[in-house]
Amino acid sequence: MTLRPARRSHAPNAAPSPTEIHQKGPSPEGLDARLVVDRGGFRLDVTLTAAPGDVVALLGPNGAGKTTALRALSGLIPLTSGHLRLDGVRLDDTPPESRPVGVVFQDYLLFPHLTALDNVAFGPRCRGAGKAEARAQAAEWLDRMGLADHAGAKPRRLSGGQAQRVALARALATRPRLLLLDEPLAALDARTRLEVRAQLRRHLAGFEAVAVLVTHDPLDAMVLADRLVVIEHGQVVQEGTPSDIARHPRTDYIARLVGLNLYRGRAEGHTVRLDAGPDITTTEELSGPAFVAFPPGAVTLYRERPAGASARNLWRCEVAGLETHGDQIRADLTGELALTADLTTVAAAELDLHPGAPVWAAVKATQTHAYPA
Amino acid sequence: MTRSAHWTRRMLQVAGVSTAALLTLSACSSSGPGSDQGSSSSPKLSGTVTVFAAASLEESFEALGKTFEKRHPGTRVTFNFGGSDTLAASITSGAPADVFAAASTRTMATVTDKGDAAGTPATFVRNRLEIATLPGNPDRITSLKDLAKPGLKVVLCDRTVPCGAAARQALDAGGVELTPVSYEQDVKSALTKVELQEADAAVVYRTDVRAAGDKVTGVDFPESAKAVNDYPITLLENAPNPETAKAFIALVRSAEGQKVLSGAGFLKP
Amino acid sequence: MTDTLQSRPRRERPRGRTRAVPIPLLVPALIGLAFLLLPLIALLVRAPWSSLPEQLTSAEVWEALRLSLVCATAATALSLVVGVPLAWLLARTRFPGRGFVRALVTLPLVLPPVVGGVALLLAFGRNGVIGQWLDAWFGITLPFTTTGVILAETFVAMPFLVISVEGTLRAADPRYEEAATTLGASRFTAFRRVTLPLIAPGVAAGAVLAWARALGEFGATITFAGNFPGRTQTMPLAVYLALQNDPAAAIALSLVLLAVSIAVLAALRDRWLTAS
Repeated sequence: MTLRPARRSHAPNAAPSPTEIHQKGPSPEGLDARLVVDRGGFRLDVTLTAAPGDVVALLGPNGAGKTTALRALSGLIPLTSGHLRLDGVRLDDTPPESRPVGVVFQDYLLFPHLTALDNVAFGPRCRGAGKAEARAQAAEWLDRMGLADHAGAKPRRLSGGQAQRVALARALATRPRLLLLDEPLAALDARTRLEVRAQLRRHLAGFEAVAVLVTHDPLDAMVLADRLVVIEHGQVVQEGTPSDIARHPRTDYIARLVGLNLYRGRAEGHTVRLDAGPDITTTEELSGPAFVAFPPGAVTLYRERPAGASARNLWRCEVAGLETHGDQIRADLTGELALTADLTTVAAAELDLHPGAPVWAAVKATQTHAYPA
Repeated sequence: MTRSAHWTRRMLQVAGVSTAALLTLSACSSSGPGSDQGSSSSPKLSGTVTVFAAASLEESFEALGKTFEKRHPGTRVTFNFGGSDTLAASITSGAPADVFAAASTRTMATVTDKGDAAGTPATFVRNRLEIATLPGNPDRITSLKDLAKPGLKVVLCDRTVPCGAAARQALDAGGVELTPVSYEQDVKSALTKVELQEADAAVVYRTDVRAAGDKVTGVDFPESAKAVNDYPITLLENAPNPETAKAFIALVRSAEGQKVLSGAGFLKP
Repeated sequence: MTDTLQSRPRRERPRGRTRAVPIPLLVPALIGLAFLLLPLIALLVRAPWSSLPEQLTSAEVWEALRLSLVCATAATALSLVVGVPLAWLLARTRFPGRGFVRALVTLPLVLPPVVGGVALLLAFGRNGVIGQWLDAWFGITLPFTTTGVILAETFVAMPFLVISVEGTLRAADPRYEEAATTLGASRFTAFRRVTLPLIAPGVAAGAVLAWARALGEFGATITFAGNFPGRTQTMPLAVYLALQNDPAAAIALSLVLLAVSIAVLAALRDRWLTAS
């Protein structure tokens, strides 16, 4: 359980320190939750805070507990302990139907027997609106989503992107103070995904309350959210703005996600001595425990030891594997330092790379980035 | 084309095989129990004799069957008790039976008319109707007329079964207008309704009242003399084991048999 | 179902050989089919066609038929009202002894109907465990009444409905109910407005099964409700009693029942098939 200052990108007032949050309770607006759920051997313990207007992404590998967190927020599973406050109101024991929470489910779960309009009108109806009133509201939401023409369509006649927007309209139609999105783009094919991601970003940007989305796709998370909360094994491992996390990954999982080589060691001046391995020379001057990161594209490969050896970061390695990565080749290297390197197809051919081939890998100090652990 | 023709032919062959299988199956079942003793005319009785008998005969016939088996070691008497008409229907449809004892001459006539009886059926007992009331007769029913009292729940047998026909006859003879709550499918069900106290009274045979012990109280009524059932018994034409069957009929009609039957409430013919 | 079994191989291999049905499957299948069909054919062959019009114009036949349809339909309605919630309870909640309750629900399926009738008498009869209070407090007695027929048929037919609906509920995605809940629907509203429409085909199939079972019910009915024309004498009772001394009439009645059930099942065919 980590607890960090809540707002970095959206800071209407000065961010309180962690201890202040504990002692004084939350600011009345927004989400303040500590979700603890025990489920047969798995324990989720996550603290989440967000101000109205925040879009927070829960990012993590499969089985990390993201969906469990979402279900706990929506009330579909009870908290083992912890608390949940939304706009200052305690919701721990409130049943899901009475929470001002809207959910967009992973495969949308649009009611197949109802039209798009009636799907959207369902929430307002349940919250007490008259039939005509609910339908009028629903029509308005569909119009806002650009789906006025599809109001009478049954879900099975909608494309993936349309269904996603109907699901969003349905969740928003209850005017929730907390909007939850479970893998909102996972059910879409690559092309639609691009388009829907942009639309969703627009809609989320216009949403005035707290939005929490769950995803395992770092790109979705970084495009849609102002703040990322990375969960592994039921715990928050890192939290911050997308750029912050991309530049300073703190676990292998995040480093892989953002495509960086990440190492941990002790810094002494411009040198970081890795816990298990060689030294890496950096431009930053630090001391104490530190991370060093560099992108695969920063690595240069040689078949022979380069003459002059201007780069001080030079390691003798062996190609463990090769795979195509877009129009580039990604090489997995072992040896003095395990790392991944990106190079063009032409370069790979010239170097005659193949698994087992010995290579020299060099990284300029200016391409590395060190920061305190 | 040839493929499908071939397939059709094979399917027809298969269909033939399955029909044959069904026929074999039915041939097996019609040969019935004890058929191997059919032509035996040895003085020593043996084998199984199958008796189809009216449900009201159950207790007395079971007793007589035991006596018979004891007296003629190696024989076995099996019974099929049921509504006389149901039994008659299965006999005329070819059910393998040696002896048929019916609860009415009319029912027996359906068997003799089809030529399924060997010889002329003989009446071996008679049965009379009685009113079965709740134990102790709380409604104080003393006559057939009392059954027409308002609020009284009376069950009769359906007129399609002998006890129902007899009850109708008696009611007509007494000039009693009676609407029962139910026309039961057989005399035992009519009696059961009174035993379970769902009905206040039923018109059943005195043998049934007797068999029910203290669960009902019987009330005799004079009109029952107008509707006496004759119980005929006969050897069947296709009896698999006629010799043993004849001996069983003889036992039923003997003084000893009559004693058992009158003990159950039957009247002498 | 037939579509996927038969037409697909044909479509994929237009010139290929027709796939032979293995003899060890075909022979028993045909025997089974013959076994089911032959009695029905025999009924048609031996039907007293010449006297049929006369048999069928009797008021008693129509009365029995009307009563059968009314009672079977009422029993189905009753089964729906209590059976669907019962199925939901079994499929969607956890409580101690649920497996046992489930077994109890299916008990009428294996119980001889006559025993069911006796059991009903012991429960709802004039001296029954509950019946005596019904009689004492409300003056209601159930045996020998049309209501009794409906109860007896419900007792026998409802398990079919419950089993069918429970199966459909288990197959249905419970997350739709969750989605409805997050939209503000109470559990009951979620059931009524989302789950029920989703499982409608299964409910319809169960209702048809229950209705058909109720229509043919004999043992429990005659034991619990007795036999009185126009009040408790349904078609199966009329058939059974006619069989005692007038088999021709019994066959005629059976044909009517057969025709009516085929007509109703055919009318419901679409929903019935989509559900199964």
